[in-house]
Amino acid sequence: MSDTFAMIEQVGPRGMMTLRGDLSSTKLKNAATGVAGVDFPGISECNCVDERGIAWMSPDEVLVITPYDEIAKDLKRMQKILSGTHHLLANVSDARSVFMISGAKSREIIAKLSPVDLHPDSLIPGQFRRTRLAQVPAAFWMRDKNTFELICFRSVADYVSTLLHNAASAGSEVGYFQ
Amino acid sequence: MSTRLAQQGRFLNKTKTLKFTFNGKQMKGVEGDTLASALLANGQTLVGRSFKYHRPRGIVASGAEEPNALVNLGTNGQFDPNARATTTEVFDGLQATSQNHWPSLEFDVGAINKHLSRFLPAGFYYKMFIHPRSFWKHIYEPFIRQSAGLGKAPKARDADTYEHFYAHVDILIIGGGVAGLAAALTAGKSGARVLLIEQTAHWGGRAPVDGGIIDGVEAEEWVSSTLQALEKMKNVTLRSRMMGAGVYDHGYVLSYERLTDHTSESTGPRHRLWRIRAKQVVTATGAIERPLSFAGNDIPGVMLASAVRDYVVNYAVSPGDRTVIVTNNDDAYRTALILKHAGLDVPAVVDARPEGGGALMQQVKDLGVRVLTGKGIAKVKGGKHVEGVGICSQAGEGAVLEDIACDAIAMSGGWSPVVHLWSHCGGKLIWDVEKAHFRPDVSKGPTGADGKPFVVPAGAANGAMSLANVLAGSVAAGKMVVEQAGLKPKRIVTPEGESMPETPLKPVWMMPQGAGIKLRSKMWLDYQNDVKVSDVQLAAQEGFESVEHAKRYTTLGMATDQGKLSNINGLAVLSDALNADIPDVGTTTFRPPYTPISMGSIGGEARADLFQPIRKTPMHDWHDEQGAYWEPVGHWRRPYCYPRSAENHQDAVTREVTNTRENLGLLDASTLGKIVVKGPDAGKFLDMLYTNMMSSLKPGRCRYGLMCSENGFLIDDGVVARIDEDTFLCHTTTGGADRIHAHMEEWLQTEWWDWKVWTVNLTEQYAQIAVVGPNARKVLEKLGGMDVSKDTLPFMAWADGQIGGIDVRAYRISFSGELSYEIAVRAGQGRALWDALVEAGQEFGVMPYGTEALHVMRAEKGFIMIGDETDGTVIPQDLGLHWALSKKKDDYLGRRAQERDHMTDPNRWKLVGLETVDGSVIPDGAYAVEDDTNENGQRNMQARVTSTYYSPTLKRGIAMGLVENGPDRMGEQLEFPKIDGTSVFAKIVDPVFFDKEGTKQDV
Repeated sequence: MSDTFAMIEQVGPRGMMTLRGDLSSTKLKNAATGVAGVDFPGISECNCVDERGIAWMSPDEVLVITPYDEIAKDLKRMQKILSGTHHLLANVSDARSVFMISGAKSREIIAKLSPVDLHPDSLIPGQFRRTRLAQVPAAFWMRDKNTFELICFRSVADYVSTLLHNAASAGSEVGYFQ
Repeated sequence: MSTRLAQQGRFLNKTKTLKFTFNGKQMKGVEGDTLASALLANGQTLVGRSFKYHRPRGIVASGAEEPNALVNLGTNGQFDPNARATTTEVFDGLQATSQNHWPSLEFDVGAINKHLSRFLPAGFYYKMFIHPRSFWKHIYEPFIRQSAGLGKAPKARDADTYEHFYAHVDILIIGGGVAGLAAALTAGKSGARVLLIEQTAHWGGRAPVDGGIIDGVEAEEWVSSTLQALEKMKNVTLRSRMMGAGVYDHGYVLSYERLTDHTSESTGPRHRLWRIRAKQVVTATGAIERPLSFAGNDIPGVMLASAVRDYVVNYAVSPGDRTVIVTNNDDAYRTALILKHAGLDVPAVVDARPEGGGALMQQVKDLGVRVLTGKGIAKVKGGKHVEGVGICSQAGEGAVLEDIACDAIAMSGGWSPVVHLWSHCGGKLIWDVEKAHFRPDVSKGPTGADGKPFVVPAGAANGAMSLANVLAGSVAAGKMVVEQAGLKPKRIVTPEGESMPETPLKPVWMMPQGAGIKLRSKMWLDYQNDVKVSDVQLAAQEGFESVEHAKRYTTLGMATDQGKLSNINGLAVLSDALNADIPDVGTTTFRPPYTPISMGSIGGEARADLFQPIRKTPMHDWHDEQGAYWEPVGHWRRPYCYPRSAENHQDAVTREVTNTRENLGLLDASTLGKIVVKGPDAGKFLDMLYTNMMSSLKPGRCRYGLMCSENGFLIDDGVVARIDEDTFLCHTTTGGADRIHAHMEEWLQTEWWDWKVWTVNLTEQYAQIAVVGPNARKVLEKLGGMDVSKDTLPFMAWADGQIGGIDVRAYRISFSGELSYEIAVRAGQGRALWDALVEAGQEFGVMPYGTEALHVMRAEKGFIMIGDETDGTVIPQDLGLHWALSKKKDDYLGRRAQERDHMTDPNRWKLVGLETVDGSVIPDGAYAVEDDTNENGQRNMQARVTSTYYSPTLKRGIAMGLVENGPDRMGEQLEFPKIDGTSVFAKIVDPVFFDKEGTKQDV
């Protein structure tokens, strides 16, 4: 792989649970926040601390993130709290691959591949975007102002890795986000 | 002849010499030259041959509108055809060749066409080449392909890279002239997120050449101080060498950035296609000068008046020593002033207006230049270059009053605003009678989702022709877009512009106005496609009244320049011939891109390794290591078979089928769709989705189901497992996973929104391995961990447990007719389980098998395959699947559609088995013929093959097919003609060829 102007690494695996249900339900919120240890996110937001977090996926879906090794325990905990409510909780940890893109110009890499508004006024740490990266579905959020964490489907991890490295090729800096 | 001047050249760095070649000839330019200015500096005025008549052609313009100076650039992987010399910046080592000449630019055989031009009028191709039919392919087409055509197609793989970039802005301003700069300053001060783009490498547009005072300083000085002010604004981004290519719905704009075309260095991408979302767009795209239609106006040395002064001022190039200027307006007098100040000769200004012009004309006269009013050019003398002009009365028929020797002609027929980007998304135009041009009708702009306009024109692009009007209009445009973007405009003092006053132009569409056919046949409208005034008149005469029809009949405006110079002139000639007003005839449609953009930029990163995503299962690398022959299935790659050393694919498939039937086969079934459906209404929901009953399925059990669209046609099939009272897992086909999940969500979100059901697509969470064959149970028992016996885990049951220490869910389902387990395991453990099965299976004769063996085995069993037996027109009844259509349910998706007349027609083609008489294999997709023919004399058909294979188990060709009244015709023979002229005969049989009772799978 040629030189890149940002660091791109595949990280994980990470524990992830898709939780579908009524996002206004206290039980559902408690189940998610109890395991993740963060506040329940608003629309298009992601609250993440270290390896735990909750991401808003749609008006009836959140993604609960936990350490990979604790997924079985966390699933059980959540199921217990959710019992009796209409919901769907599924372990999707193995369905996903996770990438970390870091560097002062990391925004540009994403902006070459995703139709999201990446302007620093629009996308700040704590925001979450469920979108696409070139030809595949992807979601990402900002860990800090220079670092993106990105998830995609496991089957296209090689494609996404090549894609990110290609977009980050030294000499292809855009110089748009000041 | 053209040459380099010692003075002037505001774009040049004359201390840096650059070497380049044109048709292999070494030439020198300087830094800042375009290829066009460098060619002129080298005295090269002949730059190409015309499309149809191979006439010698020279540079006409100085910018994007150039029709003639098209060249091939570079070689091999960097070869690029149809590049405009006027927009190509020279770099050291640039290689250019002229186009459309043979054998050489100076001596061209095709030029004979010009003597035949009387036989090549508008519509010639349509009239001439229709008869006789056979001549087209063998005589006409090869001839036309040889003699016509512009650039050559590249043959080598493109060595450069390209990319896309998404930007979201409040305001996008297209065009970096004074209009764009003033609008950007206005918008920038309001705090809006502004992107200002300019297609050339220079800011300021025409103003620095044409002159004028802004806020008391020279235009050029104002441009540089405004640029500095804009650069300081954090909310404003400036990008040059970036063209606004197209404006689309919802404020979507494509812009084309050329990053390395101007340099020999090639780090980074060559082009970047910006995909911009703008709340508001300002089109400050300027105007294009129109040529005048006089005989010989295409001879090298005839140029636009504005281009002539651009070359002098910007590039220190004189197009000729003696330049005659011909005009219908005041603006062209600026060219005379600039030429005189450069020390060049202007023998005459020929002004078609009887009364001449105003203050500018007076200045020219004061310099001692002869001004001929009410006159025109009867003809141009010269072949490969202008040698002189014959002057005539504009009002007459072209009798030459005097000859004037000259080596260049600067023409101006007035200015047309560049309305392309305004028009792309529906902006309307109005005809400005006074200025004789179309300009944006600002009350009818292209509208966005809110029904309000999102494009605002500014400057010359809006028909403003004086500096004062340009600046006032641009500031107003800037304020308007700020407001329309929902922001508050800041107060700004409008810069004051002063330029020379101008008297009105006089529309001149033909010179002289009474020119006869001989002159009209030499007046070029469209240089690039060789369309003349006489062609457009002929089209009108032959009844092509619509401007769109006339365009296509004559090919006016259909070349790579899309009629930037010819559009209005051609339209005016047409309307004159039709005796209609210009606005009544209307314009042709302006379509993106503004000028051609590279195919590479459109593709962006999607090439080579990144052309398409390839989805890989957890066992992908293992398959690859075994030398699997891959089959694309959607974006997945699945092993078709695993050939061993010298084995061909057919032999490999045969071996894999036989081994699975006799010993043990492993299939990577991970790509199968797996959708979990959960909730109190899940059973009810699945009863609607599947044709058969799912709500009665017991937890722990599996059931095969069919899914139809609301039109009754089969769309998917698969095994459903009931996990618990509330939860089902639906298997879909590989290609159906995303589609069926979307289908479920659509019904849940739009129709049955109050049903308590959630779905999640878990396809990628699990790897799935089919363990198939008489030894399947043995290998699982050897690895141990769970009871997989017939009693504990019977056919069509599932159970959770462990195999070889790995958590699994085992389904007793079979798509091969053998004893079979499909083992689901979380994806991260897929490879480990696969490896364990391969190792433990050695003593049981384990072999992996691919998709083709899977297909053969299911066909032997008469199992249908979605996409083979179905093609979007097939209903379950056609396939004899009545047993899967529940009669106990009130409804399911597709049920009512299946009661339509056409669906219950007893003559529908129905599924049967086909057994060839000679044991051979029927070709894929073959049709069976009837004895009789239809009304067109074609053979009637009575059947088609849907699946056809060599069966290693039966050692003969087997097939399934849809046959008219098939199930009632058991034993009958059908004839399937083959493409080699012979036929294969097959007997209609039961579609289940192997183990009809199903005893092998239920052990």
